[in-house]
Amino acid sequence: MNLQIEPVNDGDSREHLSLNSRQLSGARLRDLLFARAIQLNAVATIAVILLIFVYLGKEALPVFTSAEVRKEASWSNLFAPQRYGTEEAPLPFVWQPVSDVPKYSLAPLFLGSLKVTLIALLIAAPLAILAAVYTAEFAPGWLRELIKPVIELLAGIPSVVLGFLALIVLATWLQEIFQFDYRLNAVNAGLALGLAILPIIYTVSEEALSSVPRSYREASLALGVTPWRTAWSVVLPAAFPGIFAALVLGFGRAIGETMIVLMASGNAAVFSWSLSDSVRTVSATIAAELGEVVFGSPHYHVLFLLGGLLLALTFALNLLGEYWSKRIRRKMQGA
Amino acid sequence: MAVRMINTKSDYAGTLFRLLSGLACLVIVAIVALILANITIHGKGHLTWAFLTTAPEQGMTEGGIFPAIYGTVLLVLLMTVAVVPVGVMVAIYLSEYSELSSPFYKLTRLAVSNLAGVPSIVFGLFGLGFFVKFVGGNVDRLFFSGSLTFGQPAIVWAALTLAVLTLPVVILTTEDTLRSIPVELREASLALGATKFQTIVRVVLPNAVSGILTGGILAVSRGAGEVAPILFTGAAYFVPELPHKLNSQFMELGYHVYVLSTQSPDVDATQPILYSTVLVLLGLTFLLNLLAMLVRTQMRFRLRRNG
Repeated sequence: MNLQIEPVNDGDSREHLSLNSRQLSGARLRDLLFARAIQLNAVATIAVILLIFVYLGKEALPVFTSAEVRKEASWSNLFAPQRYGTEEAPLPFVWQPVSDVPKYSLAPLFLGSLKVTLIALLIAAPLAILAAVYTAEFAPGWLRELIKPVIELLAGIPSVVLGFLALIVLATWLQEIFQFDYRLNAVNAGLALGLAILPIIYTVSEEALSSVPRSYREASLALGVTPWRTAWSVVLPAAFPGIFAALVLGFGRAIGETMIVLMASGNAAVFSWSLSDSVRTVSATIAAELGEVVFGSPHYHVLFLLGGLLLALTFALNLLGEYWSKRIRRKMQGA
Repeated sequence: MAVRMINTKSDYAGTLFRLLSGLACLVIVAIVALILANITIHGKGHLTWAFLTTAPEQGMTEGGIFPAIYGTVLLVLLMTVAVVPVGVMVAIYLSEYSELSSPFYKLTRLAVSNLAGVPSIVFGLFGLGFFVKFVGGNVDRLFFSGSLTFGQPAIVWAALTLAVLTLPVVILTTEDTLRSIPVELREASLALGATKFQTIVRVVLPNAVSGILTGGILAVSRGAGEVAPILFTGAAYFVPELPHKLNSQFMELGYHVYVLSTQSPDVDATQPILYSTVLVLLGLTFLLNLLAMLVRTQMRFRLRRNG
């Protein structure tokens, strides 16, 4: 090696340097542009969720501001009991937007959503939570490897397929067993809906149960407590926030689910507490009526109001669910 | 003595508890098996090559479902083109460019997780209000001198609506993969003088290809099964010709199932066709999910070998 210190040629090296720095600035520029592009996409994601709120709000707003819309669908029409029907058989809450006297009572729709959702939760929650306990606490390895893909399969079934099965198969079975007056009713839709929300309740519960540290179980077992008792009195209470989150998320999913209830519930907007009546949910109402509604009519704006209420409700439930599942993560990490 | 008493007493309850929870697992497995068996048994009879490749005839009581398959494929392709680049960029932001404590990071995270929880029918409303009426209407005003071209339900609006719906799927899957790539790889690249951009494009992303692929496949599987968002944004019961323009209306498998099973004038005649259509739709989504699962396992295997 002959290291030589060459006399510095000022001009040459400056040229070299400037070339180098130009290259560098090109790379840096690209770097900067890329970073900006990346940020822009993140901004776009935030913008989308805002746009969803803005557009639903914008189309729902005339219900509050436009005199023309309010003449047909006023506050009291929407929310308060009305004097529809006859003296002997009064109908205080009626949803009948297409008639000589359009009736816009939201109560039957929300009651319908609530009924179907509660049935779904009643079916799905015990099954999903018990299965999650079994997977997390007792199941041998091979069974765990079986149940997880099965749940994933269930989650992968499109809701229109579940709706179809409820409409064609389940409804017939249920009617044969329970002799319902209406083939399509709240129980039928609720059962199918339960299948749709089972995977999310299972997954979130299972995650919560597995996040309970081993040391909890070991401490309990070391005291001579049996494994099932450990699961029941130690692991389950510790995982409670996560399981609660699972229920909240399941509720949110159920109340927003559309195709199943649209196909399997019978779609009659009656205000009734009976589980064997046909029901019409908020989501199904939007799906069934928006296609034929006159653009800009009171009916159109009320449907967007329904969508806005649904969005606000699920948004709140999701925040709540997230809060609780974050809480358990923090609690378990701190332990 | 007391201890033993508690133990014997709790053993009955213990057996019961164990039995019940095991039973719950069994019931779930049985239900899924029942669903699959029912659809396969009733659906396979009508499932022929001709069924997959011809158009419906005689008011949907005969013929095949080719236009619906074609429409579904085109729809999810358009959706993928829209959602994957954006989703990957947002994932890169979340995993590479943001501080976990920065408010903008938290805001983006909140947006993604809440987007995942928005009911699908709300996406339908949003698609109609924003894409069809607002964007489409303005495109017509600006480029088509107000004649109705894009301001109506069309495949491009349906695809974009689905893209918004599946965005969280792509983001979360890709972000997971990016985070699983060892920090040392990035540090090695940066130490050699590469810029962050070069590091991400030449080192991080090539290692994340399978994760991005998984996200894309899961998005397609989800998008192919959603019906509520496309109800008002472009799907149609019957279109005589295949969609060939961005503003064509289209037939779609899920929508086909919905309309045929709720509004068919002759239920008995359409039921075999309906079952076969459901089988095709279910087969498509399961195949995609299976593919995603395989890619994911492969990726985990490779990462473990490298790490």
